[in-house]
Amino acid sequence: MKQIFSVLLSCILSWQVLASTQDLDAFQRTDTDSDLSQLVNQLPKTKLKKMPSLVEKIAHINNEKTHDVLQFLLNGELFYTKANKTVVHAVKADNSLYVLTDVLTSEMLVPVEKSKLRKVKTNNRLRGSIRSYIAKIDLTDEDKNIRIKAVKQLLDNPSDSGLSAVQELISKEKDKDVRELMNITLLLNQLKKGKHAEKIAAITQLEDTLEPSVKNAMVSMLEALPTESKTDEQKALAANLSKVINNIESKRGVFEVIENIFFGLSLGSVLLLAAIGLTITFGVMGVINMAHGEMMMLGAYTTYVIQLAFPNLIEYSLLMAVPAAFLVSGLVGVIIERGVIRYLKGRPLETLLATFGISLILQQLVRTVFSPLNRQVQAPEWMTGSWVINPVFSLTFNRLYIIIFSLMVFFTLLLILKKSSLGLHVRAVSQNRDMARALSIKSDWVDAITFGLGSGIAGVAGVVLSQLTNVGPNLGQAYIIDSFLVVVFGGVGNLWGTLVAAMSLGSINKFLEPAVGSVLANIIVLVGLVLFIQKRPKGLFPQKGRAAD
Amino acid sequence: MTNSTEISNSDTPMQSFSLQNLFKTLSHLHVVVGTLFIATLYVTVCNLFFSEGSLLHVSDYTVSLFGKYLCYALLALAVDLVWGYCGILSLGHGAFFTLGGYAMGMYLMRQIGDRGVYGNPDLPDFMVFLSWTELPWFWAGSSSIVWMIAMVFIGPGLLAYVFGSMAFRSRVSGVYLSIMTQAMTYALMLAFFRNEMGFGGNNGLTDFKEIAGFSLQDPNTKLALFVITAIALAIGYWVSNYIVNSKMGRVITATRDAESRIRFVGFRPEHYKVWIFVVSAMLAGVAGALYVPQVGIINPGEFSPLNSIEMVIWVAIGGRCTLYGAIIGAIVVSYAKTRFTAIMPEAWLFALGGLFVLVTLLLPKGIAGLLPNLFDKLSIFQDEKVKKNT
Amino acid sequence: MIIDKTGSPLTATENIKPDTRHGVILYVEDVSVSFDGFKALNDLNLYINDGELRCLIGANGAGKTTLMDVITGKIRPDKGVVNFGQQVNLLQLDESEIAMAGIGRKFQKPTVFEALTVFENIELSLAGDKSIWTSLFHKLTGEQKDRIGEILQTIGLVKEAYYLAGRLSHGQKQWLEIGMLLAAEPRVLLVDEPVAGMTGQETERTAELLTSLAGKHSVVVVEHDMAFVRSIAKQVTVLHQGSVLAEGTMSEIQSNPEVIKVYLGEDGDAGEKG
Repeated sequence: MKQIFSVLLSCILSWQVLASTQDLDAFQRTDTDSDLSQLVNQLPKTKLKKMPSLVEKIAHINNEKTHDVLQFLLNGELFYTKANKTVVHAVKADNSLYVLTDVLTSEMLVPVEKSKLRKVKTNNRLRGSIRSYIAKIDLTDEDKNIRIKAVKQLLDNPSDSGLSAVQELISKEKDKDVRELMNITLLLNQLKKGKHAEKIAAITQLEDTLEPSVKNAMVSMLEALPTESKTDEQKALAANLSKVINNIESKRGVFEVIENIFFGLSLGSVLLLAAIGLTITFGVMGVINMAHGEMMMLGAYTTYVIQLAFPNLIEYSLLMAVPAAFLVSGLVGVIIERGVIRYLKGRPLETLLATFGISLILQQLVRTVFSPLNRQVQAPEWMTGSWVINPVFSLTFNRLYIIIFSLMVFFTLLLILKKSSLGLHVRAVSQNRDMARALSIKSDWVDAITFGLGSGIAGVAGVVLSQLTNVGPNLGQAYIIDSFLVVVFGGVGNLWGTLVAAMSLGSINKFLEPAVGSVLANIIVLVGLVLFIQKRPKGLFPQKGRAAD
Repeated sequence: MTNSTEISNSDTPMQSFSLQNLFKTLSHLHVVVGTLFIATLYVTVCNLFFSEGSLLHVSDYTVSLFGKYLCYALLALAVDLVWGYCGILSLGHGAFFTLGGYAMGMYLMRQIGDRGVYGNPDLPDFMVFLSWTELPWFWAGSSSIVWMIAMVFIGPGLLAYVFGSMAFRSRVSGVYLSIMTQAMTYALMLAFFRNEMGFGGNNGLTDFKEIAGFSLQDPNTKLALFVITAIALAIGYWVSNYIVNSKMGRVITATRDAESRIRFVGFRPEHYKVWIFVVSAMLAGVAGALYVPQVGIINPGEFSPLNSIEMVIWVAIGGRCTLYGAIIGAIVVSYAKTRFTAIMPEAWLFALGGLFVLVTLLLPKGIAGLLPNLFDKLSIFQDEKVKKNT
Repeated sequence: MIIDKTGSPLTATENIKPDTRHGVILYVEDVSVSFDGFKALNDLNLYINDGELRCLIGANGAGKTTLMDVITGKIRPDKGVVNFGQQVNLLQLDESEIAMAGIGRKFQKPTVFEALTVFENIELSLAGDKSIWTSLFHKLTGEQKDRIGEILQTIGLVKEAYYLAGRLSHGQKQWLEIGMLLAAEPRVLLVDEPVAGMTGQETERTAELLTSLAGKHSVVVVEHDMAFVRSIAKQVTVLHQGSVLAEGTMSEIQSNPEVIKVYLGEDGDAGEKG
């Protein structure tokens, strides 16, 4: 039913916008370079009167260069040399010379002054038809994305010629997404230019559309209607418009919330990665490691160094960086534990100070080796781009991967602590060191390995951070307070608590952000956390019982 | 932790407890205040009466530098009072210092009057720049010196009271408290960076002209500020010394070592902690207020957690739980920083970081621990004490 | 006398005087405490008479220390009533208020203030105003000095008066804690394992001291050392799995078949010591 209706509408439309267009079937596409070059070479000789038919012939040649030629012509960048009548693409360079490219061979020519060139002439009418030819070429491109881009272009800046092309192509379009977008474009046009009944029909059909330009068009239409002394038709139109606008807005609202949750989860997973190593060193071992942030920084720099060492393997650099960063930060962690922390057992405040000193040294070390400037870490191609779900909602791949990755790290760690013998030893030592020793567990060794594990995970977090922020000596400092608060908020030593705390803090932050700005959101979260810790010093999921004292 | 070396004199039983204590404290007080007095006198005389080029001349720059060190010393005293004696490791004392500084800075801003770039007699330049038309309510009264002095105490004191009573009442202690204090100063830093806060945002308050009618450029004003700082430090030392040697001091020491136990004796440790925290915050505020006219600027960077941690290292290096140790630590470390950053700036963080590690590992009692009972062993006091006790 | 139990805690502490007209100073009724499902106290009922000396015995985990924690406000019970005299509800007070009201405690593991001298430890424990300003401007009166001297005499630490408490031996710390209890002049003394780590002679002296305290004070002693218990106890209460198993004189307890079964039977060592 809907199909028939839209076909019917299309017929009506074609009367209005297609008056000047030829039958689409008339396009006889021949794909030979020689045809194109023969036609293009006629450009310098052809008079303006004869141009339309020549351009039409050019447009009908199915060649990859056709699009460029037309585009240059449209932009006024198509010239020919006075000397030998070569058709070139010319762009003015800095030194007032024109840089020339042969449009047929794509060959760079010697730059010349303007006096050596003459422009291929066009006029407004011709430009109009060139636009429609270009639109048609794009709309019939084999690549779905180019087709979508072309339709979107039309949706935002409709032109009669483009719309007529859409009108012709919609029935032949095989791809559902493109067809839907084309339909929306036509309906929007119908809404703008159709009769009253058509308008109302278009509004009803557009009710589920989330394209921003549809909503904008409707809003401006509603605003354009006279506020008083409306005719019945206008009243009906206004009522329909505002109903659909509200509908669209509430839908967008839902997606905005979902998007905020997604952003929140992605911030939360960064916090989780940053805090999870701390859950082990601080939560399970009870060691305050103020250099934890610097372990992350080392991980980020490891990524940088790997990209520097293997410039041809950027695509795989992150995969290499994860184990490398784990090893580098883990090793540094073991050295710190063996060298300093083990001498400060049971003196948390001293540990805090000593590790803070270590963090200063590490920062300065990085500053001396890599310079105090931020370093750019490249993103592999698979991390860029986004997953478009609908016009107002898309998920960027890097955030998506980070959420997945951080959860993977989390569950791996959970498995290690719950199932492996190392985990058993760690828990034994953290609960009763003397007893564990009596059971011939090498508590020193367990301490070093555990600390290394926590630091290594911080290093892995650094790899992730290198994809999100600048890599600099202060990278870790920004996260250390947040990470501690996450651990404390979740309940010290409770892995699940850390997960919940990180995710909820991330979401709260992202929901506050649009309302109050990011700095104030940060402050509010900090103050809120401080208040929370004062109410429940043991966090969301406290350890209970006699042992907890 | 044990303090056995520090009070190793009590190995021999004393018959008169209070007398012994009196002499110990008197000697500390005398030596510290005496040294301070002599040093101040020396700097003053050499600055005023020896002309430039003379071997004994102390330049105006040096006077201001020493004034800065003395502010740090007062600040270190404040940190030691809560950390050394009460076991509260505050990583946010920079917040109190900076708030005191802002109270002074606001007063100095108003003293500029219409000599600012925009020439507005009522509004400081940055407000004109933000096209504000009137002073925000919290700037009311800031042109009065009495109000300023009151705010130097009230601002930091109030923050410490609110924060302390919430934290200590819910029995937050140890590293949790340290991290929370750090979060506090971090949040304040973020807040003060915002222009809308009305404290000059990023740039803070600067371009001061005069204080109480005296030009800040005048060397005599600088010298006077230095002398005032020395007096403030002496008073601060006397107050701190009185507190730690009173019954109050014994309660907070007991709280530090066995907080839950002291409840069963009938004390309310949380009240004592809040009180000492507030006193310490006020001392830090005074230090900040004296610091600002001598360096000529106050900005949100002073809130940075790193600054607060540096204060802790002064006390750790000087020797916590000895008041004179805190002063020595602040001056020695600050002097080292001045020298280091002048000769090889990149080495300073290495040195500072290394100091943290070495002091905590090898020198838990700091410099004061290296000179065990220095004052008790000074023969003049020793003789008197022996005479009195036998 | 009207006591404002619901009023501000500060005024309450000053006013609290337990009403002991019925002869009972401490009421513990139907008190239950659980940790993660483990019932440390289970509907426990206990009444301590004014001026009596009561011994609490029971195997490890019977709930003796938890009971002390409940009375002194360290642990809030899940349910039940704990009254000081007839009218003062201890569950509404916190640790320091309870201490000020007149319930003193000696811990199982001696906890003294190690960075202070023995003298100062006792000075802090003296009964009196514990507010901030009085502490700040406090000067010891001659009377107070005499009292401290008296206590030092009683606990035998005169020579060690200016030692740091941290340097005392385990037994001396036990004594110091008892001294601190005495200084506070409480109505009720809760004494947790007072003779652990003491020599035979010291144990004897402790027994003497505690016996002499009874009458003026009410004393509740938790002890494992059966010989010690036998030497001081008039009334003994046996706790088992969080509730009272038996109550009576030492000989009654010793002949109680249930007690023999669950306590003396299980914990033969404790019985043998006697």
